[in-house]
Amino acid sequence: MLAPAPQTPVPERRGTQFKLANGMDVVVIPDHRAPVVTHMVWYRVGAADGPSHRSGLAHFLEHLMFKSTEKIADGAFPKIVMERGGQLNAFTSQDVTVYHERIAKEHLGQMMAMEADRMVNLRLTDQEVATERQVIIEERASRYDNSPNARLSEQMSAALYIAHPYRLPVIGWAHDIAQLSREDALAFYKRYYAPTNAILVVAGDVTPDEARRLAVETYGKIPANPAVEGRARPKEPPHEVVRRITLKDKRVANATFQRSYLTPSYATAESGAALALSLLMAIVGDGATGRLFRHLVVEDKVAAGASGGYFGGGFDSGIIHMQAVALPNRDLGSVEAAVDAVLDEVRQNGVSELELNRAKRSLRAAYTFESDEQEMLAERYGRALSVGRTISEIEGWPAAISQVTTDDVKAVALKHLDIRRSVTGLLLPESTRMTSSDNPTPKALGP
Amino acid sequence: MNIQSVTSPGGIDAWLVEDHAVPMLALRFAFDGGSAQDPAGKEGTANFLAQMLVEGAGDLTSTAFQERVKDIALRIGFRAGKDALFGNIEVLTESRAEAAALLRLALMEPRFDAESVERTRQRLKVGIARAAREPDRVAAAEWEAVAFAGHPYARPAGGTLQSVDAIMADDMEFYRRPAFCKRTLKVTAVGDITPQELGQLLDEIFGALPDDTQLPTLGAVGVLPAGRRSIIEMDVPQSVAVFGMTALARKDPDYMASVVLNFIGGGGSFSSRLMEEVRVKRGLTYGVSTSIAPMRCASVLKGSVATRNHLMGTSLEVIGAELEKMANGDISDEEVAKAKSALIGSYPLGFDASAKIANQLLGLRLDGFGPEYVAKRNGMVAAVTLADVKRVAAELLRPENLIVTVVGKPSLDAEHVAPKASASAA
Repeated sequence: MLAPAPQTPVPERRGTQFKLANGMDVVVIPDHRAPVVTHMVWYRVGAADGPSHRSGLAHFLEHLMFKSTEKIADGAFPKIVMERGGQLNAFTSQDVTVYHERIAKEHLGQMMAMEADRMVNLRLTDQEVATERQVIIEERASRYDNSPNARLSEQMSAALYIAHPYRLPVIGWAHDIAQLSREDALAFYKRYYAPTNAILVVAGDVTPDEARRLAVETYGKIPANPAVEGRARPKEPPHEVVRRITLKDKRVANATFQRSYLTPSYATAESGAALALSLLMAIVGDGATGRLFRHLVVEDKVAAGASGGYFGGGFDSGIIHMQAVALPNRDLGSVEAAVDAVLDEVRQNGVSELELNRAKRSLRAAYTFESDEQEMLAERYGRALSVGRTISEIEGWPAAISQVTTDDVKAVALKHLDIRRSVTGLLLPESTRMTSSDNPTPKALGP
Repeated sequence: MNIQSVTSPGGIDAWLVEDHAVPMLALRFAFDGGSAQDPAGKEGTANFLAQMLVEGAGDLTSTAFQERVKDIALRIGFRAGKDALFGNIEVLTESRAEAAALLRLALMEPRFDAESVERTRQRLKVGIARAAREPDRVAAAEWEAVAFAGHPYARPAGGTLQSVDAIMADDMEFYRRPAFCKRTLKVTAVGDITPQELGQLLDEIFGALPDDTQLPTLGAVGVLPAGRRSIIEMDVPQSVAVFGMTALARKDPDYMASVVLNFIGGGGSFSSRLMEEVRVKRGLTYGVSTSIAPMRCASVLKGSVATRNHLMGTSLEVIGAELEKMANGDISDEEVAKAKSALIGSYPLGFDASAKIANQLLGLRLDGFGPEYVAKRNGMVAAVTLADVKRVAAELLRPENLIVTVVGKPSLDAEHVAPKASASAA
């Protein structure tokens, strides 16, 4: 049933890229260990491309893409995939909307035919739209309304971005979701869903030639649609003030500190800055050896946990995020002071060679572990290509990481850990009183 | 896929899938025990121990241990299940020897330094306090408390704020010494390693373990207290319900029929009946699903659903009605055929990454199967008939078997939502 394992070492996996005549990008990453494929279509359109008074529209359409076309009855899409032993799902982010299936390789052609069909032939009834809107209202309740942490994150994004649409939640504000209509969804669909605006990623037990032949027979039949517009989003103005927000909720058990900094992303950074940011935050925030954990949890004993990371995948910007959960007897003021001490230290003195080498090994190993998992492998290529990066950047990443110096890391720390480009979020139990609302480091009293 | 049975020079068995495509090794192992063996009043001991195994060992303090782990980019973790304590590593080939040394230290000589114990205790308590405010976690814990009342399975695996406070280093050592032994050890390995290299590695890691264990054997749960419905009030906009009933043991001849039945009812995601009725037709939830959990002392078929408070009654009514229909034999040949086709076709998807393969194989070892199971499994699914599925449905899905726990502020006088009705948007 399963292919025998190859007995000789093979080099690191590589992607092969080509374009169909209608402009659709294709990348194929062969992986012959099991007779299965991962098939993904990445649309270069996400939540941040919708009209600002219709937050949640891209995600709404993602749900509706499981409704009918002339060839596929309402709700039949997932059933056809699953009856063949496949798994499927879809997700929407600020920058992309992605549909994917994992299935035995003999069904790859059919998966392509079905995805190609719903790329242009979707039809929607008011009834389907109304029911799916209710589903999304329930989804929002599950993910956000029931979770104080998620609500704080949502409010922090709203505060971090002044003009850019990343400030709106991908799922949409509840009042916007309630207004989303069939016409909104179809207009968005017609404007953005086209081969010119899509990337096909296939990883698994297939050769680039087989994948090309199947793609030409399916996606290749869709006419080019040069009318698809590029991304035109409002730009962030200069950030001049520090922003702080507080959410109190009786369902908060332990006070939590969060901070986000607006930074460049891999797609926007000047040479090497994103690589240095990745290493900076691996050193500052990654796990039990990270500086935040060591200082806040192990040494100062103000927090039960502390971590941070750099998220550099965005089309228009990246983000540094960190968080710490206060110990029950400690206030958030001392947590915040400890976080700032860690950040000041790294801004002033940079990082050591030892720390940098450890972080480099860790990031390069993560790349190798990722190569072992077919879905992660496919995602690696889709994520990067959909924001305009290239295959050579993706595959050269481990080597590029090795080139970063301690000076590079110190430089990005100085430049990008800029409090004016940040928002600080405090999550407090409802019973907590604050000493003063305009105190820059409020003292939260224990519950 | 070729599963090799490897025995080390020191006599430790493992299953190996040799695969040199990526220069890494995934190792999974388990010892009998788990949270069900936690002493009364010290619930959470096995879980606490699992956390402490990466908090320093031998001469290495917590910080030194974690720096060594980071230096060789080792992924290492431990986890307490109900019936077993699990360990896993992923390591690059170049660092395999050092990883083995660290893992051996972690298992044989954990330090339990007072400072690390207290730090970990605080972290666990923060997690417990948070979980107590999450409706899905509370509903799942309450379901087990009701269903398994009187048995160790009824207790919270992570412990309570009080029980975690009561656990001392000695308690964890008292658990570790008998539990970590060769007799109940099960190991699976996948990746860039030969059988001979694996044999040496096994002896290096596990060779110094004692042979036998004195862990007590737990009795079966017995008949679940069917027909119970409990509600825990929590001020959240959306209620969460956990529902379930007794199911068949892993080695019951009808077990595979119950897997097919579960797929049709709620296991098959978008092709399941519950998803169709509750989400697709009525928009009452984002997700509803069921699964079978066969454990040592009980087997259950359990599901969950989240619906805004005022509609939760409808969701539960729809779910109950659908289960009853299936119990009454309303299952078609076509549904069984499609479910079997899906289960057969999707089996290879669990074998496309080293860690996934190692997990699958460890599960089979813990359930007492041999390596030949992988090749035979799809034949067992294919052999299930409509009559088998109906027989199992009639036995398991009787409405009076249901145990339901709801957390939130549900109105359980069902407000009627007809299929496809366009309910007003909130």
